[in-house]
Amino acid sequence: MSIGKPLPHDSAPLHVAGTARYLDDIPLPQGALHLAFGLATITRGRVDRIDLAPVLAAPGVVRVITAEDLVTEFGAVPDCSPSTHDEPLLSPDAIHFHGQPLFILVAESHLDARRAARLARIDYREEAPILTIEEALAAGSRFEQGPVIWARGDAAAAIATAPHRIGGRFPVGGQEHFYLEGQIAAALPQEDGMHILSSTQHPSEIQHKVAHALHLPMAAVRVETRRMGGGFGGKESQGNALAIACAVAARLTGRACKMRYDRDDDMVITGKRHDLEIRYEAGFDDQGRVLGLAFTHLFRCGWSQDLSLPVADRAMLHADNCYFLPAIRIESHRLRTNTASATAFRGFGGPQGMIGIERVMDHVAFALGREPLEVRRANFYEAAAEPGGQPPGAPRSISVKRKRTVQKTPYHMPVEDFVGHELVARLAESAGYLARKAEITAWNAGSKVLKRGIALVPVKFGISFTLTWLNQAGALVHLYQDGSVHLNHGGTEMGQGLNQKVAQVVAEVFGLEAEGIRITATDTAKVPNTSATAASSGSDLNGMAAREAALVIRGRLAAFLAEKHQVAPGSVRFEGGLVRVAGEEYPFARVAAWAYQARISLSSTGYYATPKITWDRVKGEGRPFLYFAYGAAVSEVVIDSLTGENRILRADILHDTGSPLNPAIDIGQIEGAYVQGAGWLTTEELVWDRQGRLMTHAPSTYKIPACSDRPRIFNVELWNRPNPEATVGRSKAVGEPPFMLGISVFTALSEAVAACGAGRIWPDLVAPATPEAVLAAVERVRRDV
Amino acid sequence: MTGISFWLNGSETHIPAGESPTRTLLDWLREVRGLKGTKEGCNEGDCGACTVILRDKTGARAVNSCILFLPQLDGRAIRTVEGITSPNGQMHPVQQAMISHHGSQCGFCTPGFIASMTAAHLNGDTAHDDTLAGNLCRCTGYAPIIRAAMAAESAPIPDWLEKDVDFICPKISSGGEAEGRGGQTAPLRPRNTDALAALYAATPEATLIAGATDIGLWVTKQLRALNPVIFLNGIPDLQEITESETGLRLGAMVTIARLREAVQHSHPALAELLRRFASAQIRNTATIGGNIANGSPIGDSPPALIAAGATLHLRRGAERRALPLEDFFLDYRKQDRRPGEFVEAITLPPAPDLSCYKLSKRFDQDISALCGCFNITVTDGRITAARIAFGGMAGIPKRAPATEAALTGSLWSEATIRVAMGALAKDYQPLSDMRASATYRLSAAQNLLLRCFYERAGLETSVLRVAP
Repeated sequence: MSIGKPLPHDSAPLHVAGTARYLDDIPLPQGALHLAFGLATITRGRVDRIDLAPVLAAPGVVRVITAEDLVTEFGAVPDCSPSTHDEPLLSPDAIHFHGQPLFILVAESHLDARRAARLARIDYREEAPILTIEEALAAGSRFEQGPVIWARGDAAAAIATAPHRIGGRFPVGGQEHFYLEGQIAAALPQEDGMHILSSTQHPSEIQHKVAHALHLPMAAVRVETRRMGGGFGGKESQGNALAIACAVAARLTGRACKMRYDRDDDMVITGKRHDLEIRYEAGFDDQGRVLGLAFTHLFRCGWSQDLSLPVADRAMLHADNCYFLPAIRIESHRLRTNTASATAFRGFGGPQGMIGIERVMDHVAFALGREPLEVRRANFYEAAAEPGGQPPGAPRSISVKRKRTVQKTPYHMPVEDFVGHELVARLAESAGYLARKAEITAWNAGSKVLKRGIALVPVKFGISFTLTWLNQAGALVHLYQDGSVHLNHGGTEMGQGLNQKVAQVVAEVFGLEAEGIRITATDTAKVPNTSATAASSGSDLNGMAAREAALVIRGRLAAFLAEKHQVAPGSVRFEGGLVRVAGEEYPFARVAAWAYQARISLSSTGYYATPKITWDRVKGEGRPFLYFAYGAAVSEVVIDSLTGENRILRADILHDTGSPLNPAIDIGQIEGAYVQGAGWLTTEELVWDRQGRLMTHAPSTYKIPACSDRPRIFNVELWNRPNPEATVGRSKAVGEPPFMLGISVFTALSEAVAACGAGRIWPDLVAPATPEAVLAAVERVRRDV
Repeated sequence: MTGISFWLNGSETHIPAGESPTRTLLDWLREVRGLKGTKEGCNEGDCGACTVILRDKTGARAVNSCILFLPQLDGRAIRTVEGITSPNGQMHPVQQAMISHHGSQCGFCTPGFIASMTAAHLNGDTAHDDTLAGNLCRCTGYAPIIRAAMAAESAPIPDWLEKDVDFICPKISSGGEAEGRGGQTAPLRPRNTDALAALYAATPEATLIAGATDIGLWVTKQLRALNPVIFLNGIPDLQEITESETGLRLGAMVTIARLREAVQHSHPALAELLRRFASAQIRNTATIGGNIANGSPIGDSPPALIAAGATLHLRRGAERRALPLEDFFLDYRKQDRRPGEFVEAITLPPAPDLSCYKLSKRFDQDISALCGCFNITVTDGRITAARIAFGGMAGIPKRAPATEAALTGSLWSEATIRVAMGALAKDYQPLSDMRASATYRLSAAQNLLLRCFYERAGLETSVLRVAP
C-alpha cells in the first residue's frame, strides 16, 4: 500500500541540501536580461510628465518599456487581470494605488534594474484617494452595481421578535502572504513562441495571459512550474504581471528576460487577504439558539477586481460555519479602494465569513453568561445519519434516505455529512476543555496582571471551486520499458506535498512504491487547460485524474497478460512491485518491457470532473461543494492586562482529512495552517498611512509568526474516517480548512480579555489582536470595575 | 587592498582587489560562485533564508549573508548549505532530522534553517526558540522543525565540519597597519584602534562599517553607493571587554551576542532584553557601538544602558572624551559626534536594580514599539534613586526626568507609582506609526512602571513565564 503512508515530502532531501531548484536558481541563457518595475509614488491621480533620461543613462540599462511603447509595439497595453480585463500591465495614465507599475526597466542585472527604476523624474497630478470603507461607501466606489444579498427566511422579523438581541461592528484585518520565495518569472524566446518559467499556482492562466499579450495562440506559449517557495493563494493571479512583463521584454529584445520582485516591492505591489468590516445583528433565545441573523460584509477589494467577487462569495458561503441559521440575510459589499488589489489567500474569503459567525457565537454566549461551547453546540447542524459518514464503497443512498429532513445551509445545500457533534465531543474530551476552563477561571481569580483564556472553535469548510467549470483536472502518465513511471498533472507544488500525494496514488495503482514514480514539473505542454492549484482542490482533482491515467495503462497491461495467460483481466494483480497472474508473478519492469515489445501503448492521459455540483451564483442557491471538511481546535492563551502582550500556550486539534493520502503531510498542513491563521488574527497587522502608502512592506515591520509563537503544547490528531463522497482514496482536502482553526486563538484571547472585567462589558476585541488591540479591549471591559 | 581571503566550504577562496566592498556575500555566492542553495527571502536580514555559518577563532555562528559585505569575511570561514552536506554527499544530522520529522514543506526557508541549526549544533546550543528566532517559515508552523532540532541534539559533529577549526589565517590575527587607500575598489581596513583614529580623522566623510546590520540595508534597500567606507571588523582591540570596579568596559565592536553573554550574571534583565534583540544572526554581527552610534530612537540597547548609567567613550584622532550616554543623543538621528569622531567604548556600571521591558507586536525578532528600562533603588521602603529611560517614546532614547522626580524620595508604594505614571505623560509625547499608536505607547509605558512595581512585589507579570 502506498496510499496512507506518512512519507516525507518528495523534495525533502533536496530542500535540506539546498539543491531543490527554484526559479531564480535556474541558469538562464547567455545574455539574459533582468527587469524591474518603476512604481508610482502617489496613490491616486495622473502622470503629467515622465522624464526617463536619468533612467536610461544609468549603468546596465538596456531599455525602458512604457505603456506607450506597449501600445506602439503590441497595439494595446496587455492586461493582467484574472477576471475582468481591468488591470493594465503598466498604467497608461491614471494611477490607482501607491506602487502601481508605470514602466519596465530592462537591464543587465537585477540590481542595475532596481537602481535605475528609481531614477525617473515624474510629475503627477494628485487626487484624493479613496482608502477606507467609509470613504468608499460615501463615494459609491464599488464593484458590481450594488451589494450582493442572499437570504433565507425573514431575518429582520426573527431578530425583532427574538427574546434577546445583540449587534456589533467587527473590523478584521487583511494578511500578507509572505511566501518566502517572492514573485518571479522568466521568459525564454523560442523560434515560434515563448517559453515561460513562472512561480505560479496557475500556469494555464499565465499561458493565457502571455498568449493574449503577444497575440499568439495559446499553443505557442509553454509555461513551466517546477515548484514554488510558498504560494498560499498569493501566486494564483499575482504572478501574471511578471510573466507578461518578461514576455513582452523578451519579444522586444530577443533575449531571455527574468523578473523578480525585491521583497519590499512584492509587498507593495501584490494583493493581500481582503480586510473587511463585519456588521451583525442577531436575535436568539435563552439557550443561545440564533433565531435571526443579519450580516453585512464590507470588503476592501483594492483598485481592481482580481478575484474579489468569488472571495466575497465564499465569505457568504461560510457565514454559517457549523450552525443551522433558520433566518439569515447576508449583504456583501465589494468596495473599490485605492490600495493594492486584494486577492486570493488560503481560505479565499472563508475565514472572513467564518470569523463573523464565531464572533456572534461568542457575543451571544457573553450576553447570556453561558458557556460558549454550549451555545455553539445548541446551534450545530443536525448530525449525519452515521457519524463520520459511510464506510468506503457503501452506497450513498443510505444517508440520503434518512427519515428526518436534512438541514440546509443558507444557500440551500443539504448538510448530509455533519460530524461536528461527535468530533467536538471527542476533542473537548481529549483536550480536557471543561476541566481546564475551570482551572483557568480559578487561576485568573488569583492573578492580578495576567489572565488566561481558552476556547473551542469548530470548522466546516466547503470543498470545490464555486466557479463550477474549474472543477476539472488532467494528468499524463508514461510507463517506460524499464518499468519507471513519469507522472505529470495539472497541479502545482508550493510546499503542500501535492506531488508526493499524487505519486502515492499512482504508485498504488501500479503496486509500486512512491519512489518509483518520477515527479515532473507542471507544464502546460503536457497537461492543458488546468485550473489553479487552489481551493484546497489539488489532490482531489489531480489525484483522481492521475489515477484515471494510471488505471488506463494498468488496464492495458492486465489485458495483455490476461490474454497471454487466458484468464480474466480482473484477476491480474499489481502489488509489491510485482504483477501476479495465473499463479505466476513477474517483476513490474519485466511486464513493462514485454508490453512495449508487444506494441502496447504505455502512455495515457487521465481526466476528472467533480460530480454532483451545481451553483447559481446570482440566486445564491445550489450545491457549490462536493463535501465539507471538518475540524475543531482548542486554544489556550495568556494575556498581560498591562501591555496587551499575549501568547498561545497550548493547542489541541482534531481535524478531518477523510482517509488521509499521507497523514504526515496532512498533519504538516494542519500545524502550518493553524499557526498561519493565528498569525492573521494576532501579530500580522497591515498598516497604511493617510496617504495610502503601505507602511508594513517588509518583515521588519510586518510580523508573521516566528518560531517561539507556536503553541508550546501542540497536539494534532486526524479524524481518520473515510470521506462519504467517492474522492481519491476517500481522502479530504486539507490545504485551507485548518487555517480557520486559528480563529480559536482569537476567541480565547477575547475570553482572556473578558476575564479582566466584571462580565458586564463585552470586550469587542478587534482583529488582529495585537498587544495594542488587546490592551484597548482590556481597558474597555475595566471601565465599570 | 590585497583582496579578501576566506575559507568557503572548506576551501581557501580569494576575492581579488577590485570587487565592490559593498557587494553582499549572498549576491556573490549566488551570482558569482553559482552557489544557489542560499536563498534571498527579504534582503534585509529579517527572514533568515540567506543564513550561512561564519567561523573564526572566536567560534561558529549563524549570520545573514544578505547584509554581510565581502570585506567582513576576511580571515574567516564560511559554510553554506552546500558545505554542510559532506563532500561525498553524506548528510549532516540536522539535515537527516529535518527530512524524517517533515521539517520542510515549500523548502525555500530550509537552507537557512539548516545553517542556523548546524551552527547551534556545533555550539551545543539547544535553546532552539532563540537560535531559530531569525528564521521565518511560512509553511510548517515550526513544530516539526523544533522536533528535528531536538532529535539532532545528541548526534556527534560530523568530521567534515571540524576542518574549519584548523584553518590559520595570519592576517586577521596579526593586527598591524591599516590597509587600503580608500575608494570604491580599496576600502579602508584598519588593524587597530589607533590606525582607525588616524584614518577617520583624515577621512571624516567615510562611512564606518561595524556589523553592517543597519548599513547593509542602506545598500540593499536604499541602493546607496557608499564611498569611502572603513571596515572595523579587523580591529581586535575594539572587541575587548574589560572589567573594573566602575563596571564593564565594552569595546565598540563587541557584538550583541558577546555582550549578552558578558552580562548574563551581572545584568540579567539586560541579558533577557538582549535575548530579544533582533535575531541570533543579527546579534552575531551587530555591535554595541553600532547600536549606539546610529542614533536610532528604537535601538534596544540605549534605554537599558542609559538607565544603568552608562558612560560613552568617544575618540577623534588622539583626542578622547567621555560623556553620559543620554547626552550623546541630541535630537532625532542627531548625535553629539563630531566629524571624524567615533565610539570607542562604553562603560556599563553595575545596576542591580535594573528592569528592562520591550514591547513589540511579536516577541522575537521585532523592533520595539517601546522599550522601558527602570533602575530604581529602594532603601528602607523609600526610593533613593531612579533612572528611567525609554526607547520608542521620543525622537531619541530619552530619560524621564519628571517621572524620576516623582519617584525619588517617595515611599515605594503603588500610590507613588500611580502618581509617577501621571508624570510620565510630561516626559514623553510619543508618535503614532506602524508599530503602535501614540495612545498605546503612552498608556503601555505608564503600565510598565506599574509592572516594575508588581514584579518587584513578587507578582507574575510576564506572559513568557506562564506554562499551560
